Amino acid sequence: MATTVQPQTGAKPVTSLSNEEILRYSRHLIMPEVGMEGQLKLKNAKVLLIGTGGLGAPLGLYLAAAGVGRLGLVDFDVVDFTNLQRQVTFGSGDVGKPKTAAARARLSSLNPDIQIETFETKLTSENALELFKEFDVIVDGTDNFPTRYLVNDACILLGKPNVYGSIFRFEGQATVFGMPEGPCYRCLYPEPPPPGLVPSCAEGGVLGVLPGIVGSIQAMETIKLILGRGENLVGRLLLFDALGMKFRELKLRKNPNCPMCGEHRSINKLIDYYEFCGVRGEEAPAPNVQVPEITPRELKSRLDRGDDLFILDVREPHEFQICNLKGHLIPLGELPRRVHELDSSREIIAHCRSGKRSAEAVDFLRKAGFRKILNLKGGILAWSDEVDPSVPKY
Amino acid sequence: MSIKVMIPTPLRVYAGKRDSADIAAATVGEALGRLTSEFDELRKHLFTEDGKLRAFVNVYLNDEDIRYLAKENTPTKDGDTISIIPSIAGGTSKNAD
Repeated sequence: MATTVQPQTGAKPVTSLSNEEILRYSRHLIMPEVGMEGQLKLKNAKVLLIGTGGLGAPLGLYLAAAGVGRLGLVDFDVVDFTNLQRQVTFGSGDVGKPKTAAARARLSSLNPDIQIETFETKLTSENALELFKEFDVIVDGTDNFPTRYLVNDACILLGKPNVYGSIFRFEGQATVFGMPEGPCYRCLYPEPPPPGLVPSCAEGGVLGVLPGIVGSIQAMETIKLILGRGENLVGRLLLFDALGMKFRELKLRKNPNCPMCGEHRSINKLIDYYEFCGVRGEEAPAPNVQVPEITPRELKSRLDRGDDLFILDVREPHEFQICNLKGHLIPLGELPRRVHELDSSREIIAHCRSGKRSAEAVDFLRKAGFRKILNLKGGILAWSDEVDPSVPKY
Repeated sequence: MSIKVMIPTPLRVYAGKRDSADIAAATVGEALGRLTSEFDELRKHLFTEDGKLRAFVNVYLNDEDIRYLAKENTPTKDGDTISIIPSIAGGTSKNAD
């Protein structure tokens, strides 16, 4: 069953295309599934993209190219070099610029006939309903659990479709939530994982093409919702495994007892999603374990003095290949069974990329009886900043 | 009787880096029990201390959510596939440590 999204009332719908637009969209116009009627639906449609990062890149590019008349972009981030491997909206010259501004420039040059509205702000429980209400379709391209639940709940409260996509390393998921007949994100996952049980960032990373594929699937679903054509992903969770190059799908059922979209809604307003997810924001995860530290400058001067220090690197082997401080490599996960490689009579300096994993290592080793052990504060990142800029940051 | 259990990327690190396991079991619960008896870390990620499946992990028998079948008592047959689907939130992936 095809589901059509009803455009928001307000501005008078456009009923014709200019000759230039007819030329631009001719490959749509000659398809019976789109045609003039469909192209006008796209022109009159208003789509809000939450996040202009990995998923947002193909979303923005394809929806702008397809002629979606009004695109809203929400992001508070700034383009950095590590984004360019996958966030194809941005060029090297955009590094340092706000993502919304850089995306607006790129999308307007791609299609000057559409309106682009940018919201350089973090999506919050205070602004979400106000932002969402002007748009027909909300597309979730965020990267954290609190915002996922916030987008879901705001969409349900306003009755808006939520085109969902998420990725992890080389796996992706996509579906459409928020349609009256279909489930919502809370039907699928009533609760977020507690922060401690999310796989560690050492296991993070993402194949650059993956958000391109998943974001393109979201763009396709968005366009189908606007056109009211085809079978959309309502009630189906599409799983994509890039390494195995396999697509699978699972049935998603609407939970009749869902506190958000079920028969007896118990959540009637937006809540504090950071509290709900047990985190105080992405930037401030649970406080690190407190362990004795050494700053990069102190370490440098002690090494220069010729002190006998044993450098323990607790990152993964592929990170060691990027750059290292000539330390002894024992990945954090292997430390318990490789403790015998360490000499507790020597002074040990543990380090990782940022100092977080090595703090866990120091904590573990102190509990195992090591006394002369310090954590390199800020890790390799701080070493590069404060001591040796020739060491690359990643 | 052999059931294939698909292990998702985020949990492979707790399952000897395997992407799937073939297990002989008569119910979904039995299959997960056998799998996690081999991998202690995986058990902690899938089950609470009192042995309940965690709320952010969904288990499917073929394409159906076991919450809408007989939950962990759902019977399995030869050739069935069990999928473990944890919630993932990534949209762009950031390094944080």
